[in-house]
Amino acid sequence: MSKLLPWREVPSAGWLEEKGNAEEYETGDWRTIKPIWLKEHCIQCLRCFVYCPDSAITAENGRVTGVDYKHCKGCGICAHECPSKPKALEMVAESADEL
Amino acid sequence: MQERIALTGNEAMALALKQINPDVVAAYPITPATEIVQLFSSYAANGMVKTEFVAVESEHSALSAVLGASAAGARALTATSSQGLAYMFEVLYIAASYRLPLVMPVVNRALSGPINIHGDHSDSMGVRDAGWIQIYAEDTQEAYDNLIQAVRIAEDPAVQLPVMVCIDGFIISHALENLEIMADEKVQEFVGPFTPRRPSLLDLDHPVTVGPLALFDYYMEIKRGQAEAMRKAKPVIKEVGQEYGRWSGRKYSFLEPYQLAEAEIAVVVLSSTAGTTRVVVDELRQQGIRAGLLKPRVYRPFPQQEIKAALGHLKAIAVLDRADSFDGFGGPLYKDIRAALYEVPDRPRIINYIFGLGGRDVGLDDIRSVYDDLAQVAAGEAPEFSIRYLGVREEAL
Amino acid sequence: MAAQLLEIRWHGRGGQGAKTAAQLLAEAAAAAGKFIQGFPEYGPERMGAPVQAFTRISDRPIWLHCQITEPGIVVVLDPTLLRRGDITRGLRQEGLILINSDQQPSVIKRALDQNYRVCTVDASRIAKETIGRAIPNTPLLGALIRVAEIIPLERLLAETERKLARRFADRPEIVSGNLVAVRRAYEEVEDG
Repeated sequence: MSKLLPWREVPSAGWLEEKGNAEEYETGDWRTIKPIWLKEHCIQCLRCFVYCPDSAITAENGRVTGVDYKHCKGCGICAHECPSKPKALEMVAESADEL
Repeated sequence: MQERIALTGNEAMALALKQINPDVVAAYPITPATEIVQLFSSYAANGMVKTEFVAVESEHSALSAVLGASAAGARALTATSSQGLAYMFEVLYIAASYRLPLVMPVVNRALSGPINIHGDHSDSMGVRDAGWIQIYAEDTQEAYDNLIQAVRIAEDPAVQLPVMVCIDGFIISHALENLEIMADEKVQEFVGPFTPRRPSLLDLDHPVTVGPLALFDYYMEIKRGQAEAMRKAKPVIKEVGQEYGRWSGRKYSFLEPYQLAEAEIAVVVLSSTAGTTRVVVDELRQQGIRAGLLKPRVYRPFPQQEIKAALGHLKAIAVLDRADSFDGFGGPLYKDIRAALYEVPDRPRIINYIFGLGGRDVGLDDIRSVYDDLAQVAAGEAPEFSIRYLGVREEAL
Repeated sequence: MAAQLLEIRWHGRGGQGAKTAAQLLAEAAAAAGKFIQGFPEYGPERMGAPVQAFTRISDRPIWLHCQITEPGIVVVLDPTLLRRGDITRGLRQEGLILINSDQQPSVIKRALDQNYRVCTVDASRIAKETIGRAIPNTPLLGALIRVAEIIPLERLLAETERKLARRFADRPEIVSGNLVAVRRAYEEVEDG
């Protein structure tokens, strides 16, 4: 969480003139379970990329590259939607020592 | 340079709107404000203005539409009355909080019920703390002048707040009176081109988030900024009023005193009734009674220091409210004026009348009776009381 | 006119043009350099219902924003309104009543049983003959400015033409008919 600004420094009326600043709001610590991406099972259909409500599936050049754990909330939609058999996304418990 | 003509209050407002020539007007008809936008819509249809006129399905939508237009970088206006203003309630607060420089004529009309179409201040008084600047006009001349000044006040970089320009329903909105008007070009020059102070919602190169969620972390800081804008509006209102005086010969400020400096007793009243009161002051002065009048023009921001300075020396004051608070204590103007005088040592006695609800006529005899009461209160012959209802029928004793 | 405030109350029926007459007179007086007010009384009235309208004229700015309760002049657009008994309410002692009627002023005066100055003009007949419809408001204006000496006839004619020309741009015969009506009533008004 960034430092809270005093009122005179807050943009007038709260209008935010900076684009794409949602990225600054990290939601990774909301997670109690997390998806593990298994590259060897992935068929690169990109469904997980499309369905992820937090844009937390990372991709480069049209290919999935992994999970952005700073923003992934652990909702499990990616694993649910993954059509690959066996699944390329698997939900596992978040272990306390990882945080 | 100026032309003297005769117009009703609504026609004067519609003319000022035409001369301002805004980018967007969205409105929904409601008596007695209908005529303003009806006339304006014909100007738009006849190509006399460049305005995009949006006919919407409700006042909630009217204000929402001009709010969106303003956020998108347009000079946008609407107009309403009574139930229409009440229906705008939630959007009023949003417009002020977003710091959008909207301007809205409000033709004051009683709120239902009982259903009534005539003039009183219960509509605009009900939203006096919505964060809008409120300016009240006495006659058609002030309706015209205030509307033009409101654009400059709202759009000042230090202010960026919406402004309501209030006139008394029917009494002014439908009454033909003389007024002086400026040429179209002069009005255009006075209001100047619209300069958005922030990137517009539609500027794809500078995307902007309007109205983000702000909870424990930022809500209060944003409201603090909004409060500051209202404070900063004060010097701007004064400057714009003086500059308008240089343009038109009619100077404006927060208050308009009449025979007040040497007065012992005075009435404080907004809008059209101030005129009737002035006639009574003249009568009383001829009888050697030191009577005066204070007409506040700007109610929000509340000119506390100016009111203190204008009224502090009096023996007794009667505040006339054209709206009731139904709180057993007094009308809104009364309580504000009373609070403003709290710091005055040896402060004046102060009494309150609720008057003119639902357009109930206030004649010379009514005002004379107020000054009679005041003279007794000032002399200590009658007690200071909080509320009296002027002109209401009582049983014969 | 004296420098003092002149207050006029108009009694008509919805549709007869009382509001238009009250405002047209105010506009004509304004064009002559006077300070004016013209306002109707609004209620739930519709066609045929008794309505009132008001005009104030002065040489000084008018501050009053209350109803007119003690008029100096009452103008009655419809003689059947005399039955209502509120025509003379508040009318000043030296007051003037102008009535649209085919009767002589003395007849009306007897009916009112009061010592006001009464003037009559058959405005409905004049309107019918000149405009084609019994809308008595413009002829009554012509009669009024004569008996009360409010503004010169030419000023009223000019203002009437200006105002009606806007509303009846496509029917010039209505404009010219009204102008004839104003002039005829100015000539034909009977002063009791």
